[in-house]
Parts: sequence; C-alpha cells; structure tokens
Amino acid sequence: MLTPADITTLWLTFKVAGLATVLMLILGTPLAWWLARTTSRWKGVCNALVALPLVLPPTVLGFYLLILMGPSGPIGQLTTKLGLGTLPFTFGGLVVASVLYSLPFVVQPLQAAFAAIGDRPLEAAATLRAGPLDTFFSVVVPLARPGFLTATILGFAHTVGEFGVVLMVGGNIPDKTRVVSVQIYNHVEALEYSQAHWLAGGLLAFSFSVLLLMYSVLKTHPVAHQLK
Amino acid sequence: MSFNSLKSALLILCLFSLNAIAHAETTLVAVASDFTKPMTEIVAEFERATGHSAKLSFGSSGKAFAQIQSGAPFEVYLSASEKYPLELEKSGLAVADSRFVYAIGKLVLWSAKPGYVDDQGHILTKGGFQHLALADPSHAPYGVIAEEVMRHLGVLEKLRPLFVQGENISQTFQFVSTSNAELGFVGLAQVIDVASGKIGSGSGWIIPDTLHSPFRQTAVLLKTGAENPAALALVDFLKSPTALAIIEKYGFGLPK
Repeated sequence: MLTPADITTLWLTFKVAGLATVLMLILGTPLAWWLARTTSRWKGVCNALVALPLVLPPTVLGFYLLILMGPSGPIGQLTTKLGLGTLPFTFGGLVVASVLYSLPFVVQPLQAAFAAIGDRPLEAAATLRAGPLDTFFSVVVPLARPGFLTATILGFAHTVGEFGVVLMVGGNIPDKTRVVSVQIYNHVEALEYSQAHWLAGGLLAFSFSVLLLMYSVLKTHPVAHQLK
Repeated sequence: MSFNSLKSALLILCLFSLNAIAHAETTLVAVASDFTKPMTEIVAEFERATGHSAKLSFGSSGKAFAQIQSGAPFEVYLSASEKYPLELEKSGLAVADSRFVYAIGKLVLWSAKPGYVDDQGHILTKGGFQHLALADPSHAPYGVIAEEVMRHLGVLEKLRPLFVQGENISQTFQFVSTSNAELGFVGLAQVIDVASGKIGSGSGWIIPDTLHSPFRQTAVLLKTGAENPAALALVDFLKSPTALAIIEKYGFGLPK
C-alpha cells in the first residue's frame, strides 16, 4: 500500500501541478490570443519557442535551468537581488520549471480554439459597442470553452508526470521537491518494486481517466486535430 | 637458407596475428558512474594488451541492476556497492563465486569554492550553508556512506533539513559544481587531479576511512559473459598491476 511518504509526494505533485496550471492559464491565454490573431513576422519564431518543450528532452531544459537559475546564472542573480534566493531545490523553482515545461500543452489548445472562432463574432460584438475586454470575456471565453478545458486538463496531467526537469533542478527533498515520478524512480532503484507498482499503477489509472474524461465526456478534441 | 628461415618466420608471424584477430572478441560492460574515468582508461589499456575490446555503459548501479534483471545483455557488471552483485549471484544471473572487490571508494566533502571546505570538515559542525548535496541514501552507496559519516560526527539530524539529493553521484557532483549547493559529498575520482593526486579545483576534505564502514565496490561476471573470452579477460585484467595502478591514480583504495 501507499506509505505516508508516498502520500506526501502525491500531495506535493498535485500542488505543483495545480499552481503551475493556474499560472500557465494566466500567462498562456494572452500569449495564445496574440499568436492566434497576429500577422507579425515574429509569429513563427514565437510558435517555435512555445512548442520547444514538446520536442526537447526534459534533461536539456533541466540542465539549462539549473545553470541559469544557479548563483552565477542571470536568473539566479536576479532572484537573489530580489531577495528570493536561488530557485533550484525550492518549491517555487519547481513551479517555474513546470510552467516552462508544460506551457505548449496549454497554449496550443487555446490558440487553436481562438483561431477557430474567426473574425465574425468579434465584429458582431464590436458593432454592439462591446470593448475588447468585454468581447473577450463575453464572447471569446464562452466560445473557446472546450479549448480552455483541454488546456487545463493537459497542462495539469502533463505536469503531474514530469520527471527529467524535476530530477535536474529539484534536489529530491521530501515535502519540498520530491514529486511522485521521482519517488517511483527511487522505489525502483531501492528494489522496492511493490511500492513502485502502487504509485506507478495509480498514475497510469489517473492519466487514463483524465484522457478518457477529456475525449468522451467533455467531447474536446486532441491538440493535433485542432492545430492545422 | 637464411632467406627460407626469414620466410618461415614471416609465415609464423602472419599465422600468429591472424590467430589473434580471429580470437578478438567484444564484451559489454555496465559500470557505476563513479568509476567512469578510471574504467575508460583501464579499457584503453585492456584493448591494447589483449586485442579484445569492451563497450562501456555508465549509470547508477541500481539502474544497471534492474536492467540486468530484465535481460540486458551486459556481460560484466561493476557496481559501486556489494549488495547488487550479491543479489545477482543469488538469483543465478551471475557466475557463482565470480564476485570480487575491484576498488575501495573514497568520499570527499567538496565545494566548488576555493577555501570553503577546511581539511578537517569542521564546516559540517559550524554550518553557515543552505544546501548540502549527497546521493540519495535510499539506494545510492555514496549517499549511505555520507549519512554514516554525518551520524558518526553527530550532525546527521541537524543537517538533514539542508539535504539536496542527487539520483546518483554524478548528479550530486552537478549540484555542487554548478554552485547551486554550496558543498556536498562526492567521490574522490570526480574531483581529483591525477597529476598531483590532490583535489583539483575548489576545496575539499577527503574523509578518513575510520568514519564509515568499508566502501567495497564489487564486480561480477554475468552468466551472459561466461563463455566470452573478452569478458573473462577483462575480469582478469581488472586485477592486473596495470589496472590497479590506474584505480589508485584516481584516488580509489585498492582491494586487500
């Protein structure tokens, strides 16, 4: 069965994933909106940057974050000046790393949903004298609801399963940075296979249920189908 | 007459070298990550001396152990601990009685900052740092030994909240060398300067053997390699004076 230490890692994992998802929605919504509407020549570059974690090995991201956020890295020096200390080995550092790592899973469904709305509802809202913010919240958000659901679910689920990045920048500290995927790895290395099974099987069931919910109950579409 | 003898000598030489080529084999070896540097050098010597070759796969001992259990085609296994080779022998995956200690591990308390760690390790009791890196004691031999040292010094519980744990000793070294952790417990081979035999950069305390139990790094011949002349030759070569000299040069103790 699950030990108290296992339950702590699960709780911590959901806290990191939850907080990261909220942040990704806040940051990702304007970004996705801009990417969906812009005709800027930088669009391609920005699209590529956002999608980078999809193809990049997590250890590459983790390696650079460890250096950038360390005492001699630019981010590390900035956070130290701000009185935050350095980010590796902290809960905050894990959240920052997770946001970077999972961002495409939030931005891409949103971008696809925004693009699918087209110009006409926006023009209609404008003729009714709705301001841009009003249009966004009264017209765009309701129309893009499936996109928001997909983004939330994928962003959260992907962060829960994160391994390479947290291994590189986390430091495996109980209650602070030891998330469930690292705990599974530890169980396997310590030859505690039955413990590993409980956690790994739990995560498998969780991931499947989440995707099942998304595809059948919520009837949203996978990212790949939405992106043209 | 002399021409004929020269011809026959050449013929014999040709046959001999053909023979050597026909018998040159390759072996696949799993090696604990702390032994990366010495093993690379030992294998270069091994290939020169025997004509056989060896392919090396580095990683944590536990990972290699799990892979061997799942049928990975390794023929020789150099673990950082005694535990895994013993398990493999018990489960019949290793050749019986082929286990031997190839090196004695040495632990160093190390910092990337020069002058930070004193040569007596007093900094552990004085404190003043935020992070202490070590390999995860739940499975990594270096982490187990590091905990023993701290327990011996009576600072284990005081320092525990400062722990940051690497998955293996190479990752632990990363944490310290990038200065994210001010100091940490690493292997001597990772920080030694082979020319001088001293710690190459930063500052460190080579921890005396009296503060922990013997750190016997153990190798074993796996059943998959029992018939491979290259695997057998490599196991022998690890005990040769050439190999022992390299092992010692990288700061490991020699098996007694």
